[in-house]
Amino acid sequence: MALLKDKTSRMTLIIPPLFQLLIFSYAASFDLNQVNYAVYNQDPGIASRELLGYFKGSPAFKLTATLDHLGQVAPAVNEQKVLMVLHIPQDFTRNMLEGRSGQLQVIIDGRNSNTAMVLLGYINTIVTSFSTQWSQDHGWGSPPAELKVRTWFNPNLESRWFIVPGIVGLLTLVVALVVTALSVAREREAGTFDQLLVTPLHPAEILIGKALPGIIIGLAEGSLIVFLTVNMFGVPMLGGLGALYLGMALFIISAVGLGLMISSIAVTQQQALLGAFLFLVPAVILSGFATPIANMPELVQNLTLLNPLRYFLVIVRSVFLEGAEMSLLLPLYWPMAVIGVVTMIIAGWLFRNRLY
Amino acid sequence: MRQGMPGWRRLKGLIRKESFQIIRDPSSIAIAFVLPAVLLFIFGYGVSLDAKNVPLALVVEQPSPATASLTGDFQDSQWFEPKHFNDIHSAQEALRHREVMGILWLRSNFTRELFSGGPAPIGLFLNGVDGNTARIVAGYVQGVWGKWLVRYAQSQGRELTMPVDVQQRIWFNPEVRSTNFLVPGLIAVIMTLIGALLTSMVVAREWERGTMEALLVTPVRLREILLGKLIPYFVLGMGGQILSVAMAVWLFEVPLRGSLWVLMGVSALFLLAALGMGLLISTVAHNQFVAGQLAIFTTFLPAFILSGFIFDIGSMPGWVQAITHVIAARYFVQVLQSVFLAGDVWPVILVNSVALVIMTALFMGLVRLRSRKRLE
Repeated sequence: MALLKDKTSRMTLIIPPLFQLLIFSYAASFDLNQVNYAVYNQDPGIASRELLGYFKGSPAFKLTATLDHLGQVAPAVNEQKVLMVLHIPQDFTRNMLEGRSGQLQVIIDGRNSNTAMVLLGYINTIVTSFSTQWSQDHGWGSPPAELKVRTWFNPNLESRWFIVPGIVGLLTLVVALVVTALSVAREREAGTFDQLLVTPLHPAEILIGKALPGIIIGLAEGSLIVFLTVNMFGVPMLGGLGALYLGMALFIISAVGLGLMISSIAVTQQQALLGAFLFLVPAVILSGFATPIANMPELVQNLTLLNPLRYFLVIVRSVFLEGAEMSLLLPLYWPMAVIGVVTMIIAGWLFRNRLY
Repeated sequence: MRQGMPGWRRLKGLIRKESFQIIRDPSSIAIAFVLPAVLLFIFGYGVSLDAKNVPLALVVEQPSPATASLTGDFQDSQWFEPKHFNDIHSAQEALRHREVMGILWLRSNFTRELFSGGPAPIGLFLNGVDGNTARIVAGYVQGVWGKWLVRYAQSQGRELTMPVDVQQRIWFNPEVRSTNFLVPGLIAVIMTLIGALLTSMVVAREWERGTMEALLVTPVRLREILLGKLIPYFVLGMGGQILSVAMAVWLFEVPLRGSLWVLMGVSALFLLAALGMGLLISTVAHNQFVAGQLAIFTTFLPAFILSGFIFDIGSMPGWVQAITHVIAARYFVQVLQSVFLAGDVWPVILVNSVALVIMTALFMGLVRLRSRKRLE
């Protein structure tokens, strides 16, 4: 309660996270839009014009420059004026009209490797569309096999739908952790904590008393962010709130437990904040928030099993995008419960045995 | 007005004092060296956008030599870890339980259609929750399938000609290794944090302890105080920078194709800007605690999300792109990615360096303004 009465704490707790949520949600995306590209077309025929028309029509690409000799290609890419150059040699149409393959050379700036991969995918999709159309128009006969891709849950592959629900987990963790860690540290600094310990209150009761504000504030802020995610960012919420809140409650309990553990080791508020930060940075990076856990080395993947954020992120995304039910999420609930209980026990033990 | 010689002596005295303080208080050294090493370790090994060993469900309803050769290609590929399922429903269950990322479905009429010339259907189901990975996996599948198609046609004695043959050239990063692009950007993010933390917390500590006011009643000028703080921490920061670059090149095997001098030169510029940011924060914060928090929220987090280190700036909405122009790390990231992977691309280097100089001047100017105000 003292925490809520402290207006400055309230300000620092609510304003920065919301502000950051706003900006980050718009910035954080792996999808490409309006990619600058240049064309160096040496072919006078219609095939190249048709193919280029497909690129012009795609919202992912933005034609920034038309080059007319080879020497212009390197500077355009080196200086990052364009991310990609399409080079069509002069025999493109001639080859195709005579039944041979037309060569399309694509030069991509690999400095951002993810962008390069995504670009390649877009290019292949466009070329395949063009090829299919051309084959039909010119009687080439269809390819022997055809790949039909269907995506579950996120048909437009909007990476924002993956990242923004993750922010629910991220900010809830930060808030729950920091609130709890600071509250105990502040009391310790003021000396009132030791007074608490000599009262007839059972240490478990003290523990719960300290944990409760963090849990309540965490749930409140988490709910607010969920609300914004659905209404402001348009991320669909397919699953039930029950499954989500069960996950959130268990997650916050484990976060609060960790916060209590940190604060039981820290003596001053500064140390508590530092400890929280030291835990937060790796916890967020290695949680699968932006980059998949599956891409990490084995050893690191095993480390993440201790991170409650990892489980909660899967729960959040599954409930939002897949409509998962509680029964499906069971293997994710119990690790968080375990972490919560264990950290609380350790925190309680540390409280008693570290009287400063 | 300004006395050159005594001023220089005072400055040297201040630098010596600061250096002693640093040696006696290991926290600054920890920030400058331990923090980057730890962060590089965690990020460098933990953050990767390259999918490998993707679990893929294979459902073959009617096995035949043709299907065997296709599934064989998937088996041999290093990108995939195929798992066989007997029917589509159990595969879909596996997808729902997140045991596999995708399903490759060869229906019962696959072989028949293949030989009768009509397009044989290959179905690919993907879990789209992680859109970026889904896209990459789809790309891999298309790659393996495309190669199989060509080989299969050849084995049938036919030449498969596709209307368009795409030759891709990926410049600067032919192996398309995400570490090559993430680690240089990471250095910028880490340097931002170090620069800001070093000065903001240290100066705030002096204000807190009152030693700042004590300094100010001496004949020392404000300018000299600021310089006296900047120079030792600059040296410390550059040390951290050298450590980071060494780790990037030797531990993470990121190629360094540009010149080391250029790299260090621009790093020095950026460090000045970061230190300036830290000083600015210290004039606003009343104690170390708030200084540290501010440093994290206003430098580290924006540098992480908005610097172009992992999320491409060009794809962000216009208004967000505008905001990135005030994030100093953005300019540094561009230079780093180019100098490491492409070499000395002077137009990129110069433009961004000028921007960094402007930002540093801005910060320093603001610091002088605010420091004067604070004294009154």
